[in-house]
Amino acid sequence: MTLTVLKSTSQGSWEKRILKSLNSMCTELSIPLARKRPVGEQKELLNKWNEMGTDEPDLSLFRPVYAPKDFLEVLINLRNPNYENGDSLSFRTHLGLIQVPLKVKDIPELKEFFVELGLTTGQLGIDDSTQVPPELFENEHVRIGQKVLAEQDSAAAQQYIRQGSPTALRAELWALILNISSQPEDILYYEQLKTNVIQHDLLVDSLIYKDVKLTASNDDYYFVFEDYLYQVLLCFSRDTSVLGHFAYNSASPPKSYIRGKLGLEEYAVFYPPNGVIPFHGFSMYVAPLCFLYHEPSKLYQIFREMYVRFFFRLHSISSHPSGIVSLCLLFETLLQTYLPQLFYHLREIGAQPLRISFKWMVRAFSGYLATDQLLLLWDRILGYNSLEILAVLAAAVFAFRAVNLMEVTSLAAAEAVLADLSTLKVMPLLQIFLFATVT
Amino acid sequence: MAGKVKWVTDIEKSVLINNFEKRGWVQVTENEDWNFYWMSVQTIRNVFSVEAGYRLSDDQIVNHFPNHYELTRKDLMVKNIKRYRKELEKEGSPLAEKDENGKYLYLDFVPVTYMLPADYNLFVEEFRKSPSSTWIMKPCGKAQGKGIFLINKLSQIKKWSRDSKTSSFVTQSTKEAYVISLYINNPLLIGGRKFDLRLYVLVSTYRPLRCYMYKLGFCRFCTVKYTPSTSELDNMFVHLTNVAIQKHGEDYNHIHGGKWTVNNLRLYLESTRGKEVTGKLFDEIHWIIVQSLKAVAPVMNNDKHCFECYGYDIIIDDKLKPWLIEVNASPSLTSSTANDRILKYNLINDTLNIAVPNGEIPDCKWNKSPPKEVLGNYEILSCTFLHGPGARMLMERGSYDEELAQGDGADRELRSRQGQSLGPRGGRSRDSGRTILTTWK
Repeated sequence: MTLTVLKSTSQGSWEKRILKSLNSMCTELSIPLARKRPVGEQKELLNKWNEMGTDEPDLSLFRPVYAPKDFLEVLINLRNPNYENGDSLSFRTHLGLIQVPLKVKDIPELKEFFVELGLTTGQLGIDDSTQVPPELFENEHVRIGQKVLAEQDSAAAQQYIRQGSPTALRAELWALILNISSQPEDILYYEQLKTNVIQHDLLVDSLIYKDVKLTASNDDYYFVFEDYLYQVLLCFSRDTSVLGHFAYNSASPPKSYIRGKLGLEEYAVFYPPNGVIPFHGFSMYVAPLCFLYHEPSKLYQIFREMYVRFFFRLHSISSHPSGIVSLCLLFETLLQTYLPQLFYHLREIGAQPLRISFKWMVRAFSGYLATDQLLLLWDRILGYNSLEILAVLAAAVFAFRAVNLMEVTSLAAAEAVLADLSTLKVMPLLQIFLFATVT
Repeated sequence: MAGKVKWVTDIEKSVLINNFEKRGWVQVTENEDWNFYWMSVQTIRNVFSVEAGYRLSDDQIVNHFPNHYELTRKDLMVKNIKRYRKELEKEGSPLAEKDENGKYLYLDFVPVTYMLPADYNLFVEEFRKSPSSTWIMKPCGKAQGKGIFLINKLSQIKKWSRDSKTSSFVTQSTKEAYVISLYINNPLLIGGRKFDLRLYVLVSTYRPLRCYMYKLGFCRFCTVKYTPSTSELDNMFVHLTNVAIQKHGEDYNHIHGGKWTVNNLRLYLESTRGKEVTGKLFDEIHWIIVQSLKAVAPVMNNDKHCFECYGYDIIIDDKLKPWLIEVNASPSLTSSTANDRILKYNLINDTLNIAVPNGEIPDCKWNKSPPKEVLGNYEILSCTFLHGPGARMLMERGSYDEELAQGDGADRELRSRQGQSLGPRGGRSRDSGRTILTTWK
């Protein structure tokens, strides 16, 4: 199974498309990709730094470069040209949208991988509910968490957080696991990025603005933090240290050439400077973090680390087990194998399950779950250093609403059944799906 | 014989009417025989006025206490709280203890307030002590943020001075009475924005005090970034959180309406400040609600035909201290967003379940002790001192266990995670907590 093919062709042509889209927007609107701000404008922006949300630039002509559903179409059309008929027999019977035979875990393997989520182990998100006396689990778990923090043991923190983090300890635990400590040089670095933002205006800034206005500003939980989102994302797009993650990412950062020097490598610059072009919903990666960190440079560092460790995999094409392609395949395989009736029914009525669950996974469920549940889910992403839990949760949600889904007769009706996830409790769902379903 | 409850209302709001209809109640007019009247505050004045000669029968309930204004008018609320504190002080109650600066340790939850023009001179004295302070002027009888303005110079309120030639008009008409309170210029900010808390509190009787707090309160955020700068004093979008005002701001969003649930607030505070201080904050909020009710309980006409659902407005400062701003007798039943509509519908539903047991024709002589199952999203507010700041104070004095032993067991169970209904009281009557005080040395 050759991965290089995936790397070079599909990701490559996807990148070309995005860049083309960006360039044409640039030409249509006659806006440069980047320009230096006049001094007056710089001063104004500095004054408004803490309330950029009140700015109302005309964004009507800007379109997001792409939305998750565009990306899904690309993934659906992925083929491995080296695929032989003799390959994976079971894959030939795969009836989902993903047609790339990557290796994904089955339930027995998932049970082993996620062993700490088992029925006999205490969990936050289940065993801290008001009906359960705190002496049974919660108090001791909190005590252990405090000890882990006191000893600043990152590996222990990662193991500990598999059972969930107490709300009061979460900010510190995540920082410990991600190896973020706010040193003066980190704060200085952030200030430097802020200066870049003040001095130069990038086209992607308008895209970021638009995204925040369309998503986070309308969200019941995150609208309060709108201004922090600009402060983080505008700096993020100028942060060249983010380019480092491309070393282990099959993608490559989009390049732009100084005017008149097209194709000449010495005149190539990465655009945007961090190499990441935001898509519709991108700001939702940052939003939940605002519940934990209110100091801008710390918030920034945490987000950047979360991005280069995890989130980038959700919108680039690779064969990594936590990459979006594998997650989609894992989701579809789980559904087809363990809920075949539901899967076939949905397929029959033209409601391929992945078409509904894709957006949840691309956003790591941000904006779909209640915040406290989302944070419990992201605890486990950090604890297991894997995004596979997103696919498992997506399948668990379908399993939970299976009865209603069996009765629908159209894609629209299926979407309606799954439109509102805000009341779901993720840990019971995961536990039941992995450990309590008779297969 | 269970007939259907006959209802009347003079407030045409769907969240009310839908709730009545879903119970199968029958709408009638004011002049007919009715069992349940959800009335506006103007109407309650008429019902209980001396001229009306209204006598409510045992099967009639109304949603206001006759003199609710003791709590819900800004000046009377402050007067009653001040009186309550002075009484406790006179009795030598530990609750009325003060710190070295003369501030009440446990009962300092209303910002320094004066009535104008009556206390004008007292106010001036206070103002001169901290001349850079900002004060907020509020008309006593208005709501929804009407007529409120901020001042930071004495000249801005000259006309309320008693010596002023124009004051004669002001003193005659109580309609133009104002209260002036120290403006809390260090509010807790989230995302750089100021917010206040709206909590709903149901009182079914004042003596004994039975009160319930709705768990699903909400925070109302200002759309504009908070700045204490004096240039923004006139910008009401920065300072007043009333939705009636915010709704007209350019940035008002009709999806979330600038509101957060109290649960969001709790999650945010626990995550950024820690569990203990957050728990302490919420304890203190419960405490000030109960203390404010105890303060007015002695002067309240505890008419058995009445219950009331109040809207409490609370501001939290950046030291995580809650302040009681005001209490509304007629909290808005208008919905600004879809979530809002659902919340208010459920609020009325749970209120009716407690106030009108089983949805049947009421009998005012019932003991007003609803079973736990009907509470819905309401939780019982303990009216003893065994929680919150009162508890801490008792523990410091070593009298906590003694107090607990004298309790009727209801509070002991309240402390456990399972809620417990108040149930029938034990041997002693609890008359606004006075009996507890007299047993202390």
